[in-house]
Amino acid sequence: MNPVNYVYLAALLFTIGAVGVLVRRNAIVLFMCVELMLNASNLALVTFSRLHGNLDGQIIAFFTMVVAAAEVVVGLAIIVSVFRTRHSASVDDSNLMKL
Amino acid sequence: MMTELATPLTGAASTGEAVQFWVLAVVAVSGALGMVLCRKAVHSALCLAGTMLALAVCYMAEGAVFLGVVQIIVYTGAIMMLFLFVVMLVGVTAEDAAKEALKGQRWAAVIGGLGFGVLLIAGIANAKLRTFTGLQQANAAGNVQGLAKLIFTQYVWAFEITGALLITAAIGAMVLTHRELTETRQSQRELALQRVRLGTQLTPLPAPGVYARHNAVDIPGLLPDGRISELSVNPTLRARGQMRDVSGDMLQRMGELEVGTAVWLDRRTPAPRRSVELTKAASPTEAEAEEASE
Repeated sequence: MNPVNYVYLAALLFTIGAVGVLVRRNAIVLFMCVELMLNASNLALVTFSRLHGNLDGQIIAFFTMVVAAAEVVVGLAIIVSVFRTRHSASVDDSNLMKL
Repeated sequence: MMTELATPLTGAASTGEAVQFWVLAVVAVSGALGMVLCRKAVHSALCLAGTMLALAVCYMAEGAVFLGVVQIIVYTGAIMMLFLFVVMLVGVTAEDAAKEALKGQRWAAVIGGLGFGVLLIAGIANAKLRTFTGLQQANAAGNVQGLAKLIFTQYVWAFEITGALLITAAIGAMVLTHRELTETRQSQRELALQRVRLGTQLTPLPAPGVYARHNAVDIPGLLPDGRISELSVNPTLRARGQMRDVSGDMLQRMGELEVGTAVWLDRRTPAPRRSVELTKAASPTEAEAEEASE
C-alpha cells in the first residue's frame, strides 16, 4: 500500500469537517467540526514527515495540537457566556453585538 | 496506471499496516460522518472521540508514537471531556433548528463541500508521491528523543511562545466565564417574606415518590384520589418528559381493593369517597401556584 492513502484520508476528513461547519448551526458541533479539520491536517503533516524522513512535520503537528487546546478553551468559554445571555447555542440567534 | 508501474514505490507500507489502515479509515470516516449527521451534540461528541482514537492509532502506525499518545491524552482525554462538560452546561436539549436562516444554504454547502473535496483529492492524485523515505533513520535514537532534540534546539522559541499562549488562553477562559454579582444575594428571611407577600405557595412543595412501592424523584406523589401531583416533580424533569407515572396502576389496584372490600362486606356498591370531590376542588389552585412559581 502506498502511504499516500493517509493523505487521501486526511483530505476526506477535512472535507467532512468543512461541510459540517457550513451545515450545522449548533455552536458546539461547529467547534467539533473545526477540531476534526485540525486533526485531518495533523494526519497529513505526520504523513509528510514520513515522506521526507524527518521529524519537522511531527513538531508542527504537535504545535497544532497545543494551539487547538488553547482555541477550544477560549471558544467554549465564549459559547458558555453567549449561552448565558441568550439562552441559545445556535449561531443563527447571535445576530447582535450586544443584548 | 502506466506511470505508477513505471516508477517503483519505495517505502511502501507493509500488508499488516495496509489492513490496519483500511479498518481505521472506515472507523474514522464513519465517525466523522456520524458527527455531522447526529442531531444531538452528545452523540456528535462521542462520534468525534471515536474518530480521534482511530487517528491516534494511525499516527502510531506511521512512526509518530509520541504524537499518538499525545492525541489520546490531549484530544480524547482533555478536549473531548471539555466538550462534554460544555454540552452538559449548555443543555442536552440544545438541538439544531430545522429552519434555515438562508434559503438553500445547506444544499449549497453540501455541493460546495463535495466540489472542494473532489478538487483536493484530485490534486493529491496528480502529485507523484512514489518515494517515501520513511522514519527509520529519523527515529533511530527513539521518536521522543528525536522530537525533544528538535523542540529544544530549532523550535525552542516557538515552544516558549506556546507556553505564553496557553497561559493567555487559561486567563481568557476565566475572564470570559466570570460573572460579577451585581446585586446582593437575598437572605433566607427576605425570601420567606417575599413568599408570604406573593401568597402563592407558602408551604414547601409536595415530596415526590410513592413511598413503599417506588421512591425516586422522577415519580410524582399521588393526590388522595390517585391523580399525580405535578408540583412534586422537578420542573426540569417535567419539561423533558422524563416523569414516570404510576397513577394508572395505583388506581387500578385501589379499585380492585374496593371491590374486594365490598364483596367481603356483602355490599353491592362501595360508598363514594369524599376525598375525590375535595381534591377536584383543590386542583385549580395547584395549577395556579405552579404558573406563579415559574
